[in-house]
Amino acid sequence: MWGWPVKRLALQPQVSSWKAKAMSAVAAEAAVTAIPSRNTSSRLIYFSSSSDNTHRFMVKLGMDAARLPIYTKEETLLAQVPFVLILPTYGGENRSGAVPKQVIKFLNVEQNRKLIRGVVGAGNTNFGETYCLAGDIVAEKCKVQHLYRFELMGTSEDVARVREGLEEFWTRLSQTKALA
Amino acid sequence: MTPEKLKLASHVTAINWNRIEDDKDVEVWNRLCNNFWLPEKVPLSNDIQSWATLTPEEQLLTMRVFTGLTLLDTLQGTVGAVSLIPDAITPHEEAVYTNIAFMESVHAKSYSSIFSTLCSTKEIDEAFRWSVENVNLQKKAQIIESYYYGDDPLKRKIASTLLESFLFYSGFYLPMYWSSRAKLTNTADMIRLIIRDEAVHGYYIGYKYQKGLEGVPEERKEELKAWTFELLFELYENEVQYTHDLYDSVGLAEDVKKFLHYNANKALMNLGYEAMFPAAVTDVNPAILSALSPNADENHDFFSGSGSSYVIGKAVNTEDDDWDF
Repeated sequence: MWGWPVKRLALQPQVSSWKAKAMSAVAAEAAVTAIPSRNTSSRLIYFSSSSDNTHRFMVKLGMDAARLPIYTKEETLLAQVPFVLILPTYGGENRSGAVPKQVIKFLNVEQNRKLIRGVVGAGNTNFGETYCLAGDIVAEKCKVQHLYRFELMGTSEDVARVREGLEEFWTRLSQTKALA
Repeated sequence: MTPEKLKLASHVTAINWNRIEDDKDVEVWNRLCNNFWLPEKVPLSNDIQSWATLTPEEQLLTMRVFTGLTLLDTLQGTVGAVSLIPDAITPHEEAVYTNIAFMESVHAKSYSSIFSTLCSTKEIDEAFRWSVENVNLQKKAQIIESYYYGDDPLKRKIASTLLESFLFYSGFYLPMYWSSRAKLTNTADMIRLIIRDEAVHGYYIGYKYQKGLEGVPEERKEELKAWTFELLFELYENEVQYTHDLYDSVGLAEDVKKFLHYNANKALMNLGYEAMFPAAVTDVNPAILSALSPNADENHDFFSGSGSSYVIGKAVNTEDDDWDF
């Protein structure tokens, strides 16, 4: 299940294979307080439901990225380097339920919260006040910037803007030595 | 694939909500139920004074726009959503369509609540007569309806998504415009509830269309894609005329057209296709966008800002409960 989006993205495999994970299991366990996770060294980590809207945006972006598992029962990712999180918001009444459970599971891992540097939100302005709300909540909780918002799978302008913006963002971060 | 004429679902088995084939069905069902509302809950009578500040021409325009929206909601509730049931892949998908059908009837009725609050019976009757006689309004309903009664389940979903995510917006523009000028604000609150519902409907039907495309030969996929863009063009040309017909009297037609382009792009995205209209013609009036969503303005593009100071991520002690879900 997990393997296919990575394949479709045609990116370098950013998630360590099971075999590799098994080999470094001892080290990983020590670093991650025994929460079983899959390591990723991608600078972009995203969630997309089976509707694949956010996934399509990431494919168009064409940058190395890791997708969070679609089902909460699956093991979440473990970030190894500072990253930006891209996540969608579905139309809801209020804050409750805005952040996808899969993202909560991911951010409940301390190391992931330590390494998050920014958020990009996807959504639909037709959801009014809750447009990209999940991005706002995560940004607030993790004390990082909500860098950009786009709708559904994003337009080509959104893609260009995010690509350019992220490059600049990483450059500046490295200058401020925040890019560990 | 053998095309079939529209019919009732041929075989029904007891629906088991404890055995789910597509999680999206449950997710959307729950979302729709959580979003449920009725027009009686919106204090429309608070708009009576505001209504009196509109010129007779503006009042007429508003009534016509709302009867146009009523027609689309009626079509979608009575035929559109129901016509999707026989081709549903899962029993839960069927149930979601019945939910959508009912909600469309609620939407259609909500315009009548606005009318009875703000207008005289004579004005109401005249507006409904206009909706029967307006060529462009009738044409858009007929185009969509022809596919609802047609023999292709996937084309039915395309037509339905374009109605939900594109055709409503020549009408939705106006209450957002009034809202941006602090007029008819309670009516606008109600329209926002309708917009939110239609967004979920368009998302879901578009998603089911894409599910339906899985396993379809490449050739037919291409044909359906081309057909989608052709239908969108046909509807768009008609929408442009409809827009001029309605909005030329108040000088808003060009502004409305930008909103049409913007929403046409979103309708295409709901079907899994790329946006068609370039940014140069989708620059919706910021006042309209912020009437739609207070978070939609440019200030939320951090990349465009000076970006001199970055807040660096710090670990926060977060527990599961902390997240408020």
